[in-house]
Amino acid sequence: MTKEELLSKLKTIVTPYVQNTEGLNALNENTDFIKDLEINSANLVDVVLDVEDEFDIEIDNEAMEKMIDVKSSIAVIESKLAAK
Amino acid sequence: MANKRRVVVTGLGVVSSNGTNVSDFKQAIKSGNSGIRYSEELNNLKFSCQISGKPLYNKDYLNNYFKSNQLHKLNASGLEYGVISGVDAWNDAGLSVNESDTPNWDAGVIFGTGILGVDKFREAIYKVDEGNVRRLGSTVVTQTMASGISAYLGGMLGCGNVVTTNSSACSTGTEAIIMAYNRISSGNAEIILAGSTNDSGPYVWGGFDTMRILPYQYNQDPTKASRPMSATACGFVPGSGAGAVVVESLDSAQKRGAKIYAEILGGHVNSGGQRNGGSMTAPNNEAVQRCISKAVDHAGINVSDIDAINGHLTATTKDSTEIHNWCEALNRRGKDFPYINSLKSMVGHCLAASGSIESVATILQLDNNFIFGNVNCEDLHPEIAALIDREKVPTKTIAYTPNIIAKASFGFGDVNACIIFKKYKPS
Repeated sequence: MTKEELLSKLKTIVTPYVQNTEGLNALNENTDFIKDLEINSANLVDVVLDVEDEFDIEIDNEAMEKMIDVKSSIAVIESKLAAK
Repeated sequence: MANKRRVVVTGLGVVSSNGTNVSDFKQAIKSGNSGIRYSEELNNLKFSCQISGKPLYNKDYLNNYFKSNQLHKLNASGLEYGVISGVDAWNDAGLSVNESDTPNWDAGVIFGTGILGVDKFREAIYKVDEGNVRRLGSTVVTQTMASGISAYLGGMLGCGNVVTTNSSACSTGTEAIIMAYNRISSGNAEIILAGSTNDSGPYVWGGFDTMRILPYQYNQDPTKASRPMSATACGFVPGSGAGAVVVESLDSAQKRGAKIYAEILGGHVNSGGQRNGGSMTAPNNEAVQRCISKAVDHAGINVSDIDAINGHLTATTKDSTEIHNWCEALNRRGKDFPYINSLKSMVGHCLAASGSIESVATILQLDNNFIFGNVNCEDLHPEIAALIDREKVPTKTIAYTPNIIAKASFGFGDVNACIIFKKYKPS
């Protein structure tokens, strides 16, 4: 899966939780979920669960804690996909 | 009591099986339209009673009330009904969502329920039992905590006064409005969104089905099943939905130039202590009569001032007992008895939501000058006919201008609530 495909899938996943649509339109590798997208911090766990469903991977607590922005989320997803 | 502030109703909202907004609901109760339908689901699950009064709407409708993150994995019907009715009532009152960073300290929410988010809780139970607690998601708590409904509404509207959920079985809705009245009349709030909601579905209704208190004879003829005060009444039809009223100080309502639907004169809640005939499931008659009398006293009216009653009247054998209690408490019988009706004939028993949905119906009668008819009561129960005149139990809606209506609700746990509404007249 290319980085562009990953990014696009991640964008679809976070969309229902986003409270700042401008941030969503400008989504890129450096986008922060809470600062730029204004996702409620409680919803970060839901993003992770939706990522698990989409990519059929399991994300442990340690990896989950890293998933607060696009770049680190993609890194986690790539490493979990590679380990499959 | 002499100095208590006047309290009025300035907004209404309802989600019911025979109308999911106030205007449809008003038309339905005037026309005697039943919302009770056959349920394939209850049949498949081998319920004796395979009918219910469940609100129907397209899921897209929820986009008008919830944000996308709130809708994601939402599986709590009571939360849907409560939010729709609550937001509708707020808008109907001409109030806006508080967009500022400062909560509205003078506005609160008292919104009751018996149990919330049962379907969500079922989902969670399966995941927990599978050892999959890590995948529950972030909203299992807020969709299943009883106070989820007041919490959602309080946050959506930006209320900074009391935000709480009361729970007293089938008297919950009426109790919520009385609690709101008390808080405003004592000067501790200006506006309270009061109401109640109840989930739909087999997990809520199954416990009643097994008690054999739901009708099983009408699965092929659902609209005939709910028969309050009838000689052929055979149990209550399970229902669900939500009702909401904006309760406001007269001062605040006048300052805003709000439409005033009715005035609340007072009310009372009590319990029979499960003594003297009262039990977990049956009322202590002395307590019921005392609750009505205390409500009348609190309202500062005479028993003769009551023009109509909206009863609890569930369509069980207790209906005759309820009429007897009204006769005793008001000391009025025969032709002297007020008009009386039961909304349950059209929507069934909406449990924790019944008191608020029925209060909305009561207030609509005061505002629109009618008494809605009791459907399925052509054959008035002989024990009731012996107490009150037949014409006091209209089977068709009548044009009439009530000045004062008493509304009562009674619940498991031997708890009672009675509230007195009056047509609003500026003095």
